[in-house]
Amino acid sequence: MKFTEEHEWLRAEGDVVTVGITGHAAEQLGDVVFVELPEVGTMVTRDDEVVVIESVKAASDIRAPLDGEIVEVNEALVDEPGKVNEDPLGDAWFFKMKPSEPGQMDEYMDEGAYNDFIG
Amino acid sequence: MSDLNVTPLNALHHELGARMVPFAGYEMPVQYPLGVMKEHLHCRARAGLFDVSHMGQVILRARGGYPQVARAMEGLVPVDLLDLGTMRQRYGFFTNDDGGILDDLMLANRGDHMFAVVNAACKADDIAHMRANLSGVEIEEITDRALLALQGPAAEGVLAAMLPGVAQMRFMDVAVLPSDHGELWISRSGYTGEDGYEISVPADQAEPLARALLAHADVEPIGLGARDSLRLEAGLCLYGHDIDTTTSPVEARLAWAIQKVRRAGGARAGGFPGAARILQELTDGAPRARVGLRPEGRAPMREGTPVFAALEGGEAVGHVTSGAFGPTIQGPVSMGYVPRDRATKGTTVYGEVRGRRMAATVVALPFTPANFKR
Repeated sequence: MKFTEEHEWLRAEGDVVTVGITGHAAEQLGDVVFVELPEVGTMVTRDDEVVVIESVKAASDIRAPLDGEIVEVNEALVDEPGKVNEDPLGDAWFFKMKPSEPGQMDEYMDEGAYNDFIG
Repeated sequence: MSDLNVTPLNALHHELGARMVPFAGYEMPVQYPLGVMKEHLHCRARAGLFDVSHMGQVILRARGGYPQVARAMEGLVPVDLLDLGTMRQRYGFFTNDDGGILDDLMLANRGDHMFAVVNAACKADDIAHMRANLSGVEIEEITDRALLALQGPAAEGVLAAMLPGVAQMRFMDVAVLPSDHGELWISRSGYTGEDGYEISVPADQAEPLARALLAHADVEPIGLGARDSLRLEAGLCLYGHDIDTTTSPVEARLAWAIQKVRRAGGARAGGFPGAARILQELTDGAPRARVGLRPEGRAPMREGTPVFAALEGGEAVGHVTSGAFGPTIQGPVSMGYVPRDRATKGTTVYGEVRGRRMAATVVALPFTPANFKR
């Protein structure tokens, strides 16, 4: 598992990478009340805004951590956005993508480095 | 946060695990470990305890007693204060010469004097405004007391177990009661739409009183986050957002707070700043109005969202002044200003969120019914 400075996690399985947000991020956001997901098939470039999250406090977004294609989105979050607070590292993944530049994964932190990063 | 003021409950907030934020010059709890959503729902179901000690508490006295203070204050506030009953409280606002609102406040007739509670962010200006304009009135800012609010359907049971006298109070009654925590100044009022009390307590007794209330199984501490969503669902204005120096009380749909005696034809009509505009709007209506908005879908339509009359084209006709997800409504709720011809219940307007116009229906306020003990 890899982690970005924007508090996303990336889990690679075969040629597909699943993306979510960390427990730290979910706690900082507060109760999530709305999630807007990208369309399957969208080609994205790293740093494109792909997901909108609204919490009780504010709106924020998730940016694509890699170049590639969105191949699956977690529709369950649309009806139950609160899952993001309950199980951020598990059930509440946001989307899966097929990276076109898999090497970009190596630029992100491992779990130890991320834990140091959030102090 | 070293340059921030703290309330007498600051150490307790930290002990309870609150997330503290700067607010109106104070370090205040925005949420406790329960979180905004559950705090909100708990307050509607049982009871919530809020620290509102950052608000200004002011005593006004005059040689001629309450009537002299009331007469002077009527020169700043378009409310009937002379006829306010003893140990009763009323909502009001300071207006400016343009008919806008300088602050909103609570005013109580406490027999031989007036007691006022003003917003934290405005209190220095409010006190200066009163000192400059109320001749013959002695204005004392109370700085040695905390202010707590206990709100929710269980509030009466919880407080009456400690102070049986509070059960008899009606909505907007005030009382001065001796207690184990010193003399308490209590009003049956609040900012959540629920029944409840606001309790002024000597600063050194604030923490023991808060602990005694929190010891009750029905009571959870509630932060500013849920305070905001509770008042928004209750359709209550937040100064600096839903009302300010540019909004008249009539536009803000606060005309109910201006009694007949202060309106055109009344015995004490006008005589407050901005009376020309406000009295004219009371008669003819205002060009725009504060309304409740229920956006379609789940996305909150937040403060600052421009509002359009149509799905496409045209200039913005209004804007959202408060918007959030309403935990009790289980959907987004907003308040904002729209032109008079768009302010009718059931009208569809469009808020532009992230570049897309989203439909919202104009609805009656409050979003959640008030549960006051009248």
